[in-house]
Amino acid sequence: MNDKITMHYQVPADDFTRAGEASSSVKSKLKMMGVKPEIIRKVAIAMYEGEINMVIHASGGTIDVTVSQEEITIVLKDQGPGIEDIDQAMRAGFSTAPDNIRALGFGAGMGLPNMKKYTDELIIDSEIGKGTTVTMKVKLPTD
Amino acid sequence: MIVLELLQDGIFKVLNEGENLDREITVPYCCDLLSIAMGKMPSGAAWVTVMGNVNTLAVAALADAACVILADGISLDEQALNKAKEQGITVLSSDLPIFDAALIIHQKLHA
Repeated sequence: MNDKITMHYQVPADDFTRAGEASSSVKSKLKMMGVKPEIIRKVAIAMYEGEINMVIHASGGTIDVTVSQEEITIVLKDQGPGIEDIDQAMRAGFSTAPDNIRALGFGAGMGLPNMKKYTDELIIDSEIGKGTTVTMKVKLPTD
Repeated sequence: MIVLELLQDGIFKVLNEGENLDREITVPYCCDLLSIAMGKMPSGAAWVTVMGNVNTLAVAALADAACVILADGISLDEQALNKAKEQGITVLSSDLPIFDAALIIHQKLHA
């Protein structure tokens, strides 16, 4: 695989039925590319958390996934309210999810911590009132 | 032990057969908070929960659970059942509470 492979997804707002579709699609494409199951699992979990965050907090957004020989890069971009205090948002257990979201089983305050746990690099670029861009990288083993 | 072996004594019923009846179970895992399950659930787990919505199924598929087991007589809503069928996720149910259901899986795994 010499060339980079790119995938682009639109995440719809407020639609929990469709949340996860982009992550599922990436999961099956990576499987077809022969990526190792443990790497696919990391990418799928980190991306789903990001996808859910966009649905809950930011009226949807876009996701771009790039697969190169060295790594898988996931860029989640939204035009939501932005994250006020990133350090606080990164803390396990901190959540601003509303009650209707908690009733679905979300809102444990583990979204960003999980994204950090399952990726090799996590960069959050957020501006209040403008939106948030999250870039995650998962390294591919060299063999 | 594979998922199919859970069906032998009628404690667990099939809600959706899916593609994982022959999948090896690594461990029972109990949690109803999806993000915690996603962060902590080991691959190949038999995930025992009372959350039977579409998001549970998305998490099960993405975190690579062997199967979902709905405890306490909880069932899948129609939307979730469709999702399970679409994605080939194996979903079982039991009238037992979460702990008892997981304990049985644990005992079968270590029998």
